[in-house]
Amino acid sequence: MTSSATLEALGLSKQFAAGERLLGRGGRVHAADDVSFALRPGTITALVGESGSGKSTVARLLARLYVPTSGSVLFEGRDVAADHRRREVLRYRSQVQMIFQDPFGSLNPVKTVRHHLARPLRIHHVVPRNRVEQRVLDLLEQVGLAPPEKFAEKYPHELSGGQRQRVAIARALAVEPLVLIADEPTSMLDVSIRIGILNLMRDLKAEHDLAFLYVTHDLASARYVADDVLVMYAGQIVEQGPAEQVLQHPLHPYTQLLLSAVPDPATVGDAKRIEIRKGRASASVDPAEGCRFIGRCPLTVGVCSELTPQLVEARPGQSARCHVTAPSPVVREETHVEPIR
Amino acid sequence: MISVSTELPASPVPVVPETLVELRGLVVDYGSGSRRVRAVDGVDLAIHPGEIVGLAGESGCGKSTVANALMQILRPPARIAGGEVLFRGADLARLGTDELRRHRWRNVSMVFQSAMNALNPVMRAGDQFVDMMRAHERVSRRDALTRAGDLLELVGIDRRRVRSYPHELSGGMRQRVIIAMALALRPELVIMDEPTTALDVVVQREILQQVRDLQRELGFAVLFITHDLSLLLEFAHRIAIMYAGEIVEEAPSATLHAEPLHPYTIGLMRSFPPLTGPIERMAGIPGAPPDLADPPAGCRFHPRCPHCLPENAALFARQTAERPVLRELAPGHRVACHLVGSGA
Repeated sequence: MTSSATLEALGLSKQFAAGERLLGRGGRVHAADDVSFALRPGTITALVGESGSGKSTVARLLARLYVPTSGSVLFEGRDVAADHRRREVLRYRSQVQMIFQDPFGSLNPVKTVRHHLARPLRIHHVVPRNRVEQRVLDLLEQVGLAPPEKFAEKYPHELSGGQRQRVAIARALAVEPLVLIADEPTSMLDVSIRIGILNLMRDLKAEHDLAFLYVTHDLASARYVADDVLVMYAGQIVEQGPAEQVLQHPLHPYTQLLLSAVPDPATVGDAKRIEIRKGRASASVDPAEGCRFIGRCPLTVGVCSELTPQLVEARPGQSARCHVTAPSPVVREETHVEPIR
Repeated sequence: MISVSTELPASPVPVVPETLVELRGLVVDYGSGSRRVRAVDGVDLAIHPGEIVGLAGESGCGKSTVANALMQILRPPARIAGGEVLFRGADLARLGTDELRRHRWRNVSMVFQSAMNALNPVMRAGDQFVDMMRAHERVSRRDALTRAGDLLELVGIDRRRVRSYPHELSGGMRQRVIIAMALALRPELVIMDEPTTALDVVVQREILQQVRDLQRELGFAVLFITHDLSLLLEFAHRIAIMYAGEIVEEAPSATLHAEPLHPYTIGLMRSFPPLTGPIERMAGIPGAPPDLADPPAGCRFHPRCPHCLPENAALFARQTAERPVLRELAPGHRVACHLVGSGA
């Protein structure tokens, strides 16, 4: 898997100082803790979790908006942090593009759509100057803004939310990136518009062979677009694997909880919903050894409070951090817990 | 311990003939003259005692304006330009300031989307209860505080939290405090305007479950406003779908789920990818909601409607020129669409 990965996170951690640092009382918030995964070309990977779980921190670490506390990001097999040459940094910035939640805040209100798309084309010399205009129109066409001549003239305030998000996507595509990171790209859009953006993501993935990271709290949309899913809880990836496998046959009790909380008319009256204590998915300050989900988990056994579970591949391609549903061989021997199949 | 597990099938629609609240041809304008925007245009809606009614639609469709009209808290430039808002048969427009003040919170209370902003950040939660109660009835501070504690316990918060400031409470807890406040005077109708939109799914489910339990116990009616139709299908007894200032379809939840008739409702249903079953490519709804300053003629949904085609000349002429009216096709199932019910 490593060989074909475009972008790879290896043991990525980010800690923030918390509380009253001056008085020496504050701890460290472990916003992302030992996060590892690979983004492969032509694949959408969904990173799901609740607010505060650390998913946006991970997205920002990948985009080099944050410097990791430890761990590294590999781009085409090379450590990104090791190379400080301006050219390499610029190349990374153009090859790894980000789309944000708020399509209103990410466009300049006094510039036309044409300006937003032509600028990156010129700066990064993507096409010769005399072909910039044609390329702008092509990009608009690709993201479904037709007729492109008309949309190129428009200012952001003349566009709807969905159209603005399409412009933001076209701008990200302008520099022909290998990696696209989309942080909740549909959460501020109207429901009837969202599916169009999700469809666009699916199409672009296939057409451009993009390695796509889709950060979201919406499991149903993750299932709709993603090939792989990463589930985050309190700064850690607690489950990962093929989307359909994770969302239809979750291993981790937190994944089960998330799934059971989603309103889904198709499962009304379904007794499968599990009973779980309330609590928060937020990253914790100086977390103790042991499983972070322990306070809410119905499956807890003795070892859960003593040992932090590692990601264990319990089914082909599907891993979870859970001593009960995905025990490591050592834990299984000690506790005689059989994995749940 | 709060159970997240729920048996969620909507309880049978209570068959109560009397009407608690009725909107008759409600029209609300923002501004006037050439800058007038008609946010709500002829809405009829009835809410019966003890019933959970869902009002669904996209941003700008007028659903919150309907709620504000019911609560009589519209402020200029918004004004009721036509129709009536009846509470137990009495027209709210005829009430004086004092009577209106009694109407709010006592008859109808409201829970807003962002509880974070609805609580005063520099007042303890308990004091905010006391203020609210003492504005409405003669009650001693001590009694009011005791009742505040009872109400907090009702929504699953430790009663000692009356001493907490809002910033000491999580988002979910603040939303529960607001719900407790809304229930303080035992209103007959609680309006909830996107009460869980800012919250995570797990917290959302806990709160909805609690509202459902309280509603069964105390018997108040709920008008639940949201853009999330899938949530309403689980939670509400009856659902009204709003589009561009009008109600386009209304039906019991189960009926709406099984047999949506308006193309907009069908489009909305197809906008939520499923969590189970096959993953098929979904179409959503093309285009965007109209500008209410200049709504399309005829059916307001016609520019986005997959069934509005010039080839079908006679129908097309009606769709683009004649406004469809809400018609009852089956008991409790009303639709405003030229495609259904008129032999088209």
